[in-house]
Amino acid sequence: MQAQSQVAFDPSQGTAETVLSVDNLHKSFGALEVLKGISLEAHKGDVISILGSSGSGKSTFLRCLNLLETPSTGDIRLKGEPVFSSKDPKFSTKRDRGLTARQRSRMPMVFQGFNLWSHMTILQNVMAAPSKVLNRPAHEVEELAMSVLERVGIANKRDMYPSQLSGGQQQRAAIARALAMKPTLILFDEPTSALDPELVGEVLRVMRKLAEEHVTMLVVTHEMNFARDVSTKVVFLHQGLVEEEGTPDEVFGSPKSQRCREFLSTTSY
Amino acid sequence: MNFEIIINALPKLFDGLGVTLTLTAITVVLGLLIAVPLAIARSSGPAWLNAIVFAYTFFFRGTPLLVQLYLVYYGSGQFRPQLEAANLWWFFRDPWNCAILTFTLSTAAYTTEIIRGAILAVPTGQREAAKAYGMTPFQRTRMVILPQAFSYAIPTYMNEIVFQLQATALVSLITIPDLTGVATVIANRTYAHYELYLTAALFYLVVVYALLLVLKQVERRLTHHMTV
Repeated sequence: MQAQSQVAFDPSQGTAETVLSVDNLHKSFGALEVLKGISLEAHKGDVISILGSSGSGKSTFLRCLNLLETPSTGDIRLKGEPVFSSKDPKFSTKRDRGLTARQRSRMPMVFQGFNLWSHMTILQNVMAAPSKVLNRPAHEVEELAMSVLERVGIANKRDMYPSQLSGGQQQRAAIARALAMKPTLILFDEPTSALDPELVGEVLRVMRKLAEEHVTMLVVTHEMNFARDVSTKVVFLHQGLVEEEGTPDEVFGSPKSQRCREFLSTTSY
Repeated sequence: MNFEIIINALPKLFDGLGVTLTLTAITVVLGLLIAVPLAIARSSGPAWLNAIVFAYTFFFRGTPLLVQLYLVYYGSGQFRPQLEAANLWWFFRDPWNCAILTFTLSTAAYTTEIIRGAILAVPTGQREAAKAYGMTPFQRTRMVILPQAFSYAIPTYMNEIVFQLQATALVSLITIPDLTGVATVIANRTYAHYELYLTAALFYLVVVYALLLVLKQVERRLTHHMTV
């Protein structure tokens, strides 16, 4: 239950601590500029849904945060500590691998395609990074692993291989793998897009539960109901820029931008 | 068919088999140890290193093993003064050393390319997950990429081991008494070529089949996660 206490936050207690701040993030692939200056703040306990049509840069933005893509310019800070800064050569030309690895381990990602390590059992998947990257003692990691597997409801699958599980179970295992890092925040990259429709629900239920437990989450998603009902903040990206930003009520209730209105009206939810 | 000659030859043939198996085991193990770092260099090393390793595998896979063996064994004799000066002659003087060197370099070249292909076959998502969870390049290679690459490589690698075992028959040409060498010596003495080479062939057959059975078990264990 330590895992909860680290990310738990009671919003009623006043202003939350800023955990992630992104300032003027740009990313180009060759001549194509995909992110044109995105700024964003996430506070402890926030659930931020990032919406946008394909090509809006939402996945690239998420992948830049943990440096699966190297941003072109801009700043990323996690709890005040730099993750990336284009002004600092430590992050660009000669990247400090140790620092990058450490920061990544504080904001693990849940992928669209699950990407559980296929040669490891579910338990091994959950234990690998906490024991080898965070160097936690084995008995502690196993206890933690079992507790997060129980939280996502697949403790009974601990000794199975990913290929033996349904997509929904695999994604829940992937969420458990992220939780076991005791992360500052979790990045979700379209976590339900690769699932059969009947399996989407079980994953969203787990994510809702985490939101209620005030786990800080950044979720790129097409699940409008989730974005509207669960998020504390909704960000709508369009052509590499934040086009609209606000509470779910603001963005879904009275979107200021024409593009956002169009997007929401063409998306069924 | 002269069974008496065969039965009398059996002890010597078993000695020869021992030589064959020893040579195979030593060169396969050394070859694998060399091939793993070379395969990593080939798939994710800097371009210059990749080029050097490629030149090496290109040469050893593109030329006959017998030519390589003669090049090392007889070719080194031509440089005897220089090798003596460098205090290396003791090594090249011994056909065993020449055979182990040549066969190791040969199998290492093939194995490098087998493992390289397998490394490239590991899905991108597996590497990205390893990155996203803060693993260092070394941890990613050791914990995720190599274990998966080995399970992709094993069917092809099993063939490589069998080929290597059969290829060791060539060492009889540089005076090493392996299974083929022993059979040749006795056949020349008794004129029972048919009997001895057939017996040697049966020896190879049994050993290859037994080896495949063992390797199949290894494969089953390594690829357990993929077959279920």
